[in-house]
Amino acid sequence: MKWALLIGALCLAGCNKPESTYARNSDVKAGDIKSGYAFLQDDTKALQDDDFANPGFLWVDRGKRLFETAETGASTCSTCHGAHGMPLKGVAAHYPKVDAKTGKLLNLEAAINLCREQHQGLEPLAYESDDLLGMTAYVASLSRGEPVSVDITGPAAKYYEEGRDYFFRRKGQFNLACSQCHNEHWGEKLRGDTISQGHGNAFPAYRLEWQDFGSLHRRLRDCDTGIRAEPQDYGSETYMAVELYLAKRAEGLAMESPGVRR
Amino acid sequence: MIRISAPDTAEMGEIVEVKAMIQHPMETGYRRDAKGDVIPRNIIKQFRCAYGGNTVFEATFFPGIAANPFLAFCLRATRTGPIEFSWTDQHGETWSETRQLTVS
Repeated sequence: MKWALLIGALCLAGCNKPESTYARNSDVKAGDIKSGYAFLQDDTKALQDDDFANPGFLWVDRGKRLFETAETGASTCSTCHGAHGMPLKGVAAHYPKVDAKTGKLLNLEAAINLCREQHQGLEPLAYESDDLLGMTAYVASLSRGEPVSVDITGPAAKYYEEGRDYFFRRKGQFNLACSQCHNEHWGEKLRGDTISQGHGNAFPAYRLEWQDFGSLHRRLRDCDTGIRAEPQDYGSETYMAVELYLAKRAEGLAMESPGVRR
Repeated sequence: MIRISAPDTAEMGEIVEVKAMIQHPMETGYRRDAKGDVIPRNIIKQFRCAYGGNTVFEATFFPGIAANPFLAFCLRATRTGPIEFSWTDQHGETWSETRQLTVS
């Protein structure tokens, strides 16, 4: 009886003191910020560096073709964004960005789809379709080498906070937060791989594990699945906010899309 | 999508490098999806490169070949003519692309 009471009391004490919902505060020191490229093997680096061998260029080529071709009844992207004005060089480095009209946070994929709807009268492309990946890859490739730099002031501030919250919140069966791997243990080994700092500057990217080209949201879904948490939907507001937080966190890193990752 | 890298011009007897890549999943047939069902095999079986109508490079692909197969090989420029690249999958569907090589 005594023991049963004692065990009961211990259980209650345990139940009343839930584990912290958030991982401890941490960061990657400003001088230590490194692109995921730095953690790749030499062969994979070589694949990214060779503009022919890099399979991501299959999608860049597809995007370029779509960019210059008119769909039924619509003008081409290059009509507005060609030599005449609104060039897209360097633009991708500043996404995600808040849309001034709706106040919604848009990543590059969402911005491309909004442009299709508003200026071309076309249906949005499906997230993760080869066509949307291609368009995104092409536009992002025009910013290769540009330093990542996003605005987190004004209307963007709340999205930044939401993204930061997700990054430090413990989730899934493993009860892990993004920060526990990518802030606290980057550079160390996780099975056969080196843990990166979790920057998105190479995305959309070709991933050898996928044998395919994919968006940052696909990568985030993989990370969430890896810690046995429920992945968010493609294009969800939560992942948009995470994307903004990650971009701010990666500020100054050169854009690499179409990157190659393991 | 197909990507080809081949020179437009070459000198007689010169050895030129050509590269070819095609977007294809090269699904092995050994994997299963989230529900446990087998994902059917879907691979390219044959690659052929013809220069001036003659086959100069040929390859047979198996399930062990990675997605988006990439081949690079060399040719000796002997005459002006088309270089034709063609891929045939297991169902007999064919994709091809041609480049003209001018030899001086």
